Amino acid sequence: MALPKYTEPHYRIWHYFYLFICSCVFFFLIAPLFVIFPLSFNAEEFLVFSDGMKRLDPDAFSLRWYKDMIYGTKNPWGLAAKNSFIIALFATLGSVILGTVAALGLSSRHMPYKGIIMAALISPMIVPLIISGVAIFFFMAKVGLAATHTGIVLAHIVLGTPFVVITVTATLSGFDHSVTRAAASLGSDPVNTFMKITLPLILPGVISGGLFAFVTSFDEVVVVLFLAGLDNTTIPIQMWTGLREQLSPTILAVATCLIILSTLILVTAELLRRRSERIRGINR
Amino acid sequence: MSSETKKILTTDGIPLEESLKKAEKKNKLKAFLLVCPLLLFLIITYVFPIGDMLFRSIDDRMVTNMLPKTYKAMEKWDGKDLPDEEVFEAFYLDYKKLVEEKTFGKLATQLNYEKNGFKSILKKLKRKMKKFEEGNYKEQIMGVHKRWANVEYWRALKRRAPAYSYSKYLKGVDMYENEDGKIVQVPEDRRVHKILWVRTVEVAFFVTVLCFLMAYPIAHLLATLPMKYSNLLMICVLLPFWTSLLVRTASWMILLQQQGIVNDFFVWIGLVSDENRPEMMYNKTGTYVAMTQILLPFMVLPLYSVMKTISPSLMRAGKSLGGTPFVAFWKVYFPLTIPGIGAGCLLVFILAIGYYITPALVGGASGTLISNQIAFHMKSTLDWSFASAMGLMLLTGVLAIYWVYNKLVGVDNIKLG
Repeated sequence: MALPKYTEPHYRIWHYFYLFICSCVFFFLIAPLFVIFPLSFNAEEFLVFSDGMKRLDPDAFSLRWYKDMIYGTKNPWGLAAKNSFIIALFATLGSVILGTVAALGLSSRHMPYKGIIMAALISPMIVPLIISGVAIFFFMAKVGLAATHTGIVLAHIVLGTPFVVITVTATLSGFDHSVTRAAASLGSDPVNTFMKITLPLILPGVISGGLFAFVTSFDEVVVVLFLAGLDNTTIPIQMWTGLREQLSPTILAVATCLIILSTLILVTAELLRRRSERIRGINR
Repeated sequence: MSSETKKILTTDGIPLEESLKKAEKKNKLKAFLLVCPLLLFLIITYVFPIGDMLFRSIDDRMVTNMLPKTYKAMEKWDGKDLPDEEVFEAFYLDYKKLVEEKTFGKLATQLNYEKNGFKSILKKLKRKMKKFEEGNYKEQIMGVHKRWANVEYWRALKRRAPAYSYSKYLKGVDMYENEDGKIVQVPEDRRVHKILWVRTVEVAFFVTVLCFLMAYPIAHLLATLPMKYSNLLMICVLLPFWTSLLVRTASWMILLQQQGIVNDFFVWIGLVSDENRPEMMYNKTGTYVAMTQILLPFMVLPLYSVMKTISPSLMRAGKSLGGTPFVAFWKVYFPLTIPGIGAGCLLVFILAIGYYITPALVGGASGTLISNQIAFHMKSTLDWSFASAMGLMLLTGVLAIYWVYNKLVGVDNIKLG
């Protein structure tokens, strides 16, 4: 943002001050994530930069915490990662199916009580997780699903569907319904129309909703804390226990892997969003 | 022309109006059926459990179920003088059964909540009861300890007779029902919950204000920069948004610890001396800093999406009409961003008020919020009905703000990047 030549000096100063403030905020947002990278390669077991690291001495860096994460005896990350992925995949699948079908109904102009139903469907995203956790824990204990994968998957479907509903209804808001009518007039039944016409057009929205649901489940700790038994431990639970008891650099190695994963998901989501906007003809 | 001939008929001979109504009804049903699976799923796994929580929070049948005969016998007692032999006998029989089942400890705990000193006389009664003879239980029980002859204790017992009670809600705001049935505050040194409620609202409020102050300039920058720069900077907002909450909290724990980088920096610029590095974690500071950073994207995104729609020519028009840039900003630009401010602030406030993980990890004792207290009662004291009551009080507050949010912003306008 270049300033025009005629700008008066005090506005010029103000403008640079504004840019300075903005850079500070951006720094505040992003910098904390980057302390984790170098420290996860620390050769010592303290969570501070050693003198060797400050001198960039190669001996001060090592992969020992990554080795510990993968090969370490009696460490739970393998089981936790497996559980996390299984739970997140099934929760995503459930959220995407339920959420997409509901979003189709909600986007119909014939839908009665649209506002209130939409508000109800979104509420699991708004209600504090601790309350959802307590309520779902009582319920799962009652039906005998506490400390099972099924129970956690069901809970995560509850928490994940609002994201799918939001993204898919947003995609459908720019959807031209005459194409489905055209399909119907050409003799296609509703299921066929959905599979061949609607779904390909809203797919970017569905996938990005699915990514949200995946991340929600993969990162969720409050509800799992109530529901999980020893066999259902997940990555967030292990991180939580580790952070509460003692911060070991192994956690930082795991955290680095998680940051890389979230970067990949972010890139995918951004590409999908742009594609979706292109399909819907929105140019921003 | 008669009125009948005016009616337009469809090919089936049904009036068009009726036929259209029918079609409309069918469409409504179709749309509703699509929503049905999710709605049913949520009702079973979400709405019903929350209702169950409500029931749990007022359910007070534990004592009633443990002493069924006693409460039956007590129905006739007016509560003025000591109860009759009948009540004493019923109580003896009930308590004997509890001792045999080894569940008397629960009763002692519950009754001690009601009146201090109950636990010890129940324990004493348990020891002496083995030698009791049949008949005249009133004399024998009263002989165990003089408090058994004190009518106050029997009244306390009777107060637990109703199957439902709102006492947990009173406890949640540091009040209780005293012996005369009046609702009063607990002694000042035991008012722990009020402090927590105030602190929760205070933290949520200031986090919202901090987020707003930081988000406004960068949202403005993102909305006014050319696309290729703003897309790059947007990543700085979205990457934390997509990163695990625990990872972000962990990074703050590293930064804020006493030997951490922030403290190193303060020592280096000479703000503090190396010996007395300030404690920035395990207190309110930690909660504020970490929560602000974590919730900041939720403020930036709605502000950005509103600012994006404001045409830059409006500001130019304001300036060309003689306003200084500040006046143009304040009178033209700022009012237009109010919908975004409302959306962002309400969203951040709602999310902040129920925060659990971050305060639990970096908050220490002085930085924990109401959610942490609920978790404490769920996991440590196992007073689940109290946890439920606190949870529902918090939920009521959150739903009220959510209702306002829905009125002002509309849930279909929530922005997710």
